[in-house]
Amino acid sequence: MSVIRLSETIDSNAASLVRDADVLVIGGGPAGAWAACSAAAAGAQVALVDKGCCGTSGATASAGTGVWYVPPDASKRLAAMESREKLGGYLQDRAWMGRVLDRTYESVNLLAEWGYPFPHDDNGQPHRTNLRGPDYMRLMRRRVLRSGVFILDHSPALELLTDEAGAVAGARGVRRQVGDTWLVRAKSVVLASGGCAFLSGGLGCNVLTGDGYLMAAELGAEFSGMEFSNAYAISPAFASVTKTLFYNWATFTYEDGTPIPGAASHGGRSVIARTLLTQPVYCRIDKADERTQALMRASQPNFFVPLDRAGVDPFRQRFPVTLRLEGTVRGTGGLRLVDETCATTVPGLYAAGDAATRELVCGGFTGGGSHNAAWAMSSGFWAGAGAADYARQGVAASIDRRLRSARGIALRANGAAEFDPGALVRAVQAEVFPYQINYFRTADGLSAALDRLDRLWTGVRVAGQSSADRVVKAREAAAMLATSRFMYRSALARPESRGMHKREDHPRLDDAQRHHLVSSGLDEITISRRPAAERAPQEMAA
Amino acid sequence: MIELVSETRCISCNKCVQVCPMNVFSAVKNAPPVIARKDDCQTCYMCELYCPVDALFVAPDAARSVPVSETAVEASGLLGSYRGVGWAATQANTDHPVDQSFRLTAH
Repeated sequence: MSVIRLSETIDSNAASLVRDADVLVIGGGPAGAWAACSAAAAGAQVALVDKGCCGTSGATASAGTGVWYVPPDASKRLAAMESREKLGGYLQDRAWMGRVLDRTYESVNLLAEWGYPFPHDDNGQPHRTNLRGPDYMRLMRRRVLRSGVFILDHSPALELLTDEAGAVAGARGVRRQVGDTWLVRAKSVVLASGGCAFLSGGLGCNVLTGDGYLMAAELGAEFSGMEFSNAYAISPAFASVTKTLFYNWATFTYEDGTPIPGAASHGGRSVIARTLLTQPVYCRIDKADERTQALMRASQPNFFVPLDRAGVDPFRQRFPVTLRLEGTVRGTGGLRLVDETCATTVPGLYAAGDAATRELVCGGFTGGGSHNAAWAMSSGFWAGAGAADYARQGVAASIDRRLRSARGIALRANGAAEFDPGALVRAVQAEVFPYQINYFRTADGLSAALDRLDRLWTGVRVAGQSSADRVVKAREAAAMLATSRFMYRSALARPESRGMHKREDHPRLDDAQRHHLVSSGLDEITISRRPAAERAPQEMAA
Repeated sequence: MIELVSETRCISCNKCVQVCPMNVFSAVKNAPPVIARKDDCQTCYMCELYCPVDALFVAPDAARSVPVSETAVEASGLLGSYRGVGWAATQANTDHPVDQSFRLTAH
């Protein structure tokens, strides 16, 4: 395997800041924060690194989210699971859905205990199905700190390190505000680095460039469901706010004000995409009465901020909208998990949140944050506990292992010239943004794009080490490229339409393809199939 | 995109330098921080939210820079207007509306 061949031993003091930990968590969004708290509660010494800032980084902190919070009532739980199975293309796993519902209920109730101000209705009943991002994540940062976790903000991880047996043994990166490097030696690592939204400008999503996918892929990790990676969110054309709930009260029109037949946020988003191929699309939130309008402002005030600042009254004036690619952030593909501790296929490496596949609870579709939020807090909790448990076991008990670097893209001192990260980002975006390639998928369109992406990979894999001031952006660009190739290779291997993956040339769901697509490899991507969980009897009858 | 660090309001606490997920600001000794990497701004408004003295202004355009005048923004009353989006957790006063999401029925 090329990973092994390229490996070289590195000096464990080869960084400005060197730290030992039982568990290293990479990423400080909700999944990483829950993982850090859970690992610490299990007795582990924990370090958490965030590319930006734990508490403000990621999609949740700035956008806020619903939560799949369902009381432990058998019929309500069953209805909650059944309601999503068709949308997700019957790829969910009832056992995992049940576990996530249980865990989410516990975790959200903990948030209330910790002081999160859930609202009460007029009868004094609490409502716990929505979380305001800034409040939620500021509270989580405090919990992480109170757990004794060592946090490094503004410290992007560049690569995972392994021991001689190939088990994960830490990571290293840079402290971009200090201008030096860090290295954490750890007995296990939780990747909670988020998904990949390809720098499309969605709210809080530009930190999510698939960095963890690249680092894990360099160690040979397997992914699952990467074809479910083409979620597009509606936003005002000029703005970043990709909050889509209120478009359920909208009318979408052509430039002349005529309604676009069939265009809708739910069940008509493809009509919006198709129209945007040739002309601008406008929208007015005209179906909300005055009471609803007031509730909207009190529910998601951030939806209105760019509109207010641009002088647009969205209830009375129309404004141009666009669709922004959210990739695997609102998609469901990610690292394949091998057991209930959220272990990946690489020893010592755990994955949580959008870094991991969410097919287990969502199948091939998520309609929004709700299920992803439940998954983040649940998988984070389990991955942290699992990583702490692994750290206690004999195999990893010695922190003093010889560390190896995979010397991936942009990290190889081979004498060759470095590549231009900005140019690579634009080249990848040109293949993944266009609706005609990624929304309306065909074998021809995907193959042609994949050929171009493969050529880009061939070009950068021989490039030299990036300079210190560009290495973070170079790794981000390479991660986007790696993600795009997993996406399209998987999309080609599913000649049917299921979940969010819609093939124009295979518009129907094919019962013979109710399986998971597993992808791995970087120079050569291989695809294999894994059976989906048995369908529940109720589903079969439906 | 971030367009304004008000020198008259800024107290140089550098909170924005810490909380910006995209590392857009740079701290300056004995002076307000500067917008050092505006192209990286993702228009997430977190800096405005955390600024204790409402010295920052993020313009609504995400893809291009549209400079603003401090006088005009000050007059518009928009400085600090992102604060209502968060901080229900610690605000004893009622300037910050309680989350009403649960009352919004599906449409």
